[in-house]
Amino acid sequence: MTDLKTTPLDALHRRLGARMVPFAGYAMPVQYQAGIMAEHAQCRTKAALFDVSHMGQGVLEGAGAAAALERLTPADIAGLKPNRQRYALLTAEDGGIRDDFMVANLGDRLFLVVNAACKDEDFAHIAAHLPADVRLTVWADRALIALQGPAAEGVMARLGPAAVLLPFMGVAEVTIAGIPCLVSRSGYTGEDGFEISVSADRAERLADTLLADPDVAPAGLGARDSLRLEAGLCLYGNDIDRTTSPVEAALAWTIGKRRRSEWNFPGAARIRSELEAGTSRLRVGILPEGRAPARAHTTIHAADGAPIGAITSGGFGPTLNAPVAMGYVRRDLAAEGTPVALAVRGRMLPARVAAMPFVPHRYKR
Amino acid sequence: MSELKFTKDHEWVRLDGDVATVGITDHAQTALGDVVFVELPEVGREVAAGEACAVVESVKAASDIYAPISGRIVEVNGALGDNPGLVNASAFDQGWFFRIEPADPGELAGLMDEAGYAAYLETL
Repeated sequence: MTDLKTTPLDALHRRLGARMVPFAGYAMPVQYQAGIMAEHAQCRTKAALFDVSHMGQGVLEGAGAAAALERLTPADIAGLKPNRQRYALLTAEDGGIRDDFMVANLGDRLFLVVNAACKDEDFAHIAAHLPADVRLTVWADRALIALQGPAAEGVMARLGPAAVLLPFMGVAEVTIAGIPCLVSRSGYTGEDGFEISVSADRAERLADTLLADPDVAPAGLGARDSLRLEAGLCLYGNDIDRTTSPVEAALAWTIGKRRRSEWNFPGAARIRSELEAGTSRLRVGILPEGRAPARAHTTIHAADGAPIGAITSGGFGPTLNAPVAMGYVRRDLAAEGTPVALAVRGRMLPARVAAMPFVPHRYKR
Repeated sequence: MSELKFTKDHEWVRLDGDVATVGITDHAQTALGDVVFVELPEVGREVAAGEACAVVESVKAASDIYAPISGRIVEVNGALGDNPGLVNASAFDQGWFFRIEPADPGELAGLMDEAGYAAYLETL
């Protein structure tokens, strides 16, 4: 792993005995000594701390920033209120998804968080489409720490009480244990929680302070993946990519109402026709019967044996104590409860189309 | 009870009388992480040494388990169906996978002993 980049929390991970793996060009902790099942349970019952510093952070400044970003996404950016954050998609001209990202209105600028594997391309793409009066600054010297779980609010009440006032998808500058941070009430686990942007040189001290709370334990990418899958949240590169449209991905809710009258975003022609006529496939939840997980790329079949799609994310849901998956199926077979079969190691395992999230979201609205 | 033998794929084998019990090593279960599902071979199946004949699934991934020796599967560990975590908690005892009636008990001599396996782990 010599060519891998490291996050500002690398020394902390090694001190905590993490198992490090390559992910999106970074050495990242897949799990700590507790293991994925325990780390997953920690997040659902108390609070888990995740290092997500590999993700890309940046700010857009200038009077035309919102209008400029709207030329690259179907989301309503101009209507995003100050101190509020929104989930959005960068779309391509052919209607595929370039990336999914978070955008927050900080009053005088927009704060962006994009996927690690896409960040260089995303920021180059955004920078190439800016008018002269809008400037993109990539925050390469920042860490991003997620504190997730039902006990996260209590932890913040002790260390950075102003954060507790934030509603779900609220954003504010908050001082945590004396360290200035940019905090949003959001996450990727389905639980209440916070995502904390902090300067790289203070990240380890902040993480240590949070971890000193008896309700907090570290969790790695393994638990992050099982948590987001149970929460029905997409992983870019698995569940959405350049070949999937927002409508196929059941992410049409990210398209702003005003944008649906303007149709002036990349991919508008395809997305408009799909919203009107429907798509041939849809992203759905899949619950296999029994205990065998069905992994990504498993073929999904109709009851009559015809192939109707494929799993894009699949694994074991520790909270459900059962396998969970999501994938794309033919639209006429996408209704909740539809029986399907999954081709796993040469056998057809029974499964059914299921509503997501598999584990109810517990956001603080 | 005879001594444990080991493969480079991190299975262990123990011959008791005419039947060999097979499982995965502590190193293997640690590397896999929390085991959530085990697919076992059918009793009566003839397997060749090195043949994939079981699957162990952790939260993150699926891995094949190989027959360390040739023979016929005579018993599988049904307890793993309800409690696959036994593979983690008791890799060398309650977490066993299956039992083989060896076609040629002499094949066991070609596997590593405990010291040999420990030395092999050092090279990884």
